[in-house]
Amino acid sequence: MTIGLPRALLYYRYGVIWEAFFKIIGCKTITSPETNKQILNDGIRFSIDECCLPSKIYMGHVYYLIGKCDYILIPRIASCKKRNDVCVKLNAMYDIVKNTFGDISILDYNVDNHNGLNERRAFINMGRALGCSYAKALSAYKNAKKADKLLYEKKVENQNRLLENNDKLKILIVSHSYNCHDKFLGYPISDYIKKLNCVSVFADAADREKSVVMSRKISDSLYWIYNKESIGSIKVLEDKVNGIILLTAFPCGPDSLVNELIMRKVRDIPVINIILDELQGEAGIQTRIESFLDVIKDRARL
Amino acid sequence: MKKIISFPHIGNYHIPIEILLKLIFKDSVIMPAPKTTKRTLELGSRYSPDFVCVPFKYNLGNYIEALENGANVLIQAGGGCRYGYYAEIQELILRDLGYEFKFVKLIGHDLHPLNMFRVCKSIGTNISFFRFLYYLLLVIKMVGFIDRTEAYIRENIGFEVMENSFDKLHAEFFGKLRDISNFTSLAHVTKEYEKAFRKIKIDKPENCLKVGVVGELYTAMEPFSNYFLERELAKNKVQVSRFITVTFLFFQKPRDIKKILKSAGKYLKYTIGADGTDSVERSKTLAELGYDGIIHVKPFGCMPEVNAMPMLNNIGRDYKIPVLYFSFDSQTSETGVKTRLEAFYDMLEMRRKSREDITKFENRVSWS
Repeated sequence: MTIGLPRALLYYRYGVIWEAFFKIIGCKTITSPETNKQILNDGIRFSIDECCLPSKIYMGHVYYLIGKCDYILIPRIASCKKRNDVCVKLNAMYDIVKNTFGDISILDYNVDNHNGLNERRAFINMGRALGCSYAKALSAYKNAKKADKLLYEKKVENQNRLLENNDKLKILIVSHSYNCHDKFLGYPISDYIKKLNCVSVFADAADREKSVVMSRKISDSLYWIYNKESIGSIKVLEDKVNGIILLTAFPCGPDSLVNELIMRKVRDIPVINIILDELQGEAGIQTRIESFLDVIKDRARL
Repeated sequence: MKKIISFPHIGNYHIPIEILLKLIFKDSVIMPAPKTTKRTLELGSRYSPDFVCVPFKYNLGNYIEALENGANVLIQAGGGCRYGYYAEIQELILRDLGYEFKFVKLIGHDLHPLNMFRVCKSIGTNISFFRFLYYLLLVIKMVGFIDRTEAYIRENIGFEVMENSFDKLHAEFFGKLRDISNFTSLAHVTKEYEKAFRKIKIDKPENCLKVGVVGELYTAMEPFSNYFLERELAKNKVQVSRFITVTFLFFQKPRDIKKILKSAGKYLKYTIGADGTDSVERSKTLAELGYDGIIHVKPFGCMPEVNAMPMLNNIGRDYKIPVLYFSFDSQTSETGVKTRLEAFYDMLEMRRKSREDITKFENRVSWS
């Protein structure tokens, strides 16, 4: 059996777990390629105009996978812990795909801690739906989780090593991982920063648990966990970076308010807000980044 | 310093909220924000983030105008979608503008009577918890009655024989509500006005055009933000139904969420956030009830409602019912809304006519 994994949205957070889990229970996986023009265009074709850009890209990835696998994995994640909800777009992705593409086979799991469905149970249910035993599904989930944790710790460690290096400017990119690691959206930006001889570090590679705790220093009323993590990472890395780029996809609902919050509350470090949409040119963004870096360099010299 | 408590507008609900606050805070001045106007929206959008949804801008405009008039305690609720983030950002923006005030937030999980009482205490009142509960229940009952009355008005205002008879009585009704302070007087007023509204002469054909309004709560409930869409429809002699009311949101929905999800049938497997689920379920029900059209309203970029749109498209196709989508923003033109509504109305009428012709023809065929 082959499971298709769309390389968008939650893939950047849970991809490792998915791949490991399916490998252990004996399913093959196929992942859609990095986002390209074609995928974006397909995504736009199958989305409502007002959807956010990452969700449009997601639709493109799903469309790519149709016919290439037995099932497409579309998880539904509503809440992780108490008062740790997830953007409503991710609540609805399953139904959106189902209603847009009609008869395709979808494999889903539902994480909704408010209603007593935690991640472990969701994975076990999914494993059993695929025909393996409870024990096997449980051990697969545990091993997958372990593998993910190892990789994540390595990522954090690598980033910390980067941060210790003092001879280059360090720019923190605060964004959802599906924005800043996407080849089409965020990658050109971090790549360009590298070309300008600076280092880019990412909010999602800061220590997650520490970030969530630190986020209270900026705001204690946030209830979307991904926002908590990104906003907390600013507090965690504040003294180690020279500037912050808020990378947002148009029209991201939570970010529209959280960015405002950051810009009004984080005052002693330069912040720039870059909004990505499907029509942008590369040159415009490069100019903005270049001038932002120039400003930071000037500040450092004073 | 005397406390002047203020809050933003949504539809006619400023009246029951004002009544409640007046009962609780006897020594303070209760002043709902000045009426929403074009200026409110302009002020609000000037200081708002770029692509935040439009209710944020209205609320912020309301606050600024209230502060200009001397308010010093502001109240904001929140929860569900990014609405829960409103309070904090609005407070920040207003503080950065240099105003001084106390900001009271009642976010999602905080809407427990005990907690609300605590918040009221912190603003400054000396009533007991039981008194507070009494007033709260009184106003909840009142809101229920207002919702029922307004639903009746909405469905019939287009067919009134004497112009403005509904509006006149409506205003009078709200005037009477302001004096209520116990359940007996509420029961009297309820009885009196239930009769009075039914007594208004209407000339309603049995097969009038019926349109349902679904969508995001603020744009559906605040007539200024949807450019008086319901009124515009009623002018064309259309029966308008809308289900999103405060009673529904606070009392019916939490209880019935599982039922709602089930009733949405094949269109939904999971809830899709805030009011999106209801929009889908309501549209399906309306289509099954034989309504002629559905109007879906939302502010630009509203996440739950955008989520609901693919399902609405499918419902429109499966049940052959036209769906008109409106996306409101601070830049929406009133003429544009009117033109689209007119075209929608004409289309519904033509569909109705052609369907009648077909049935006539079929009858003739079966006769011969």
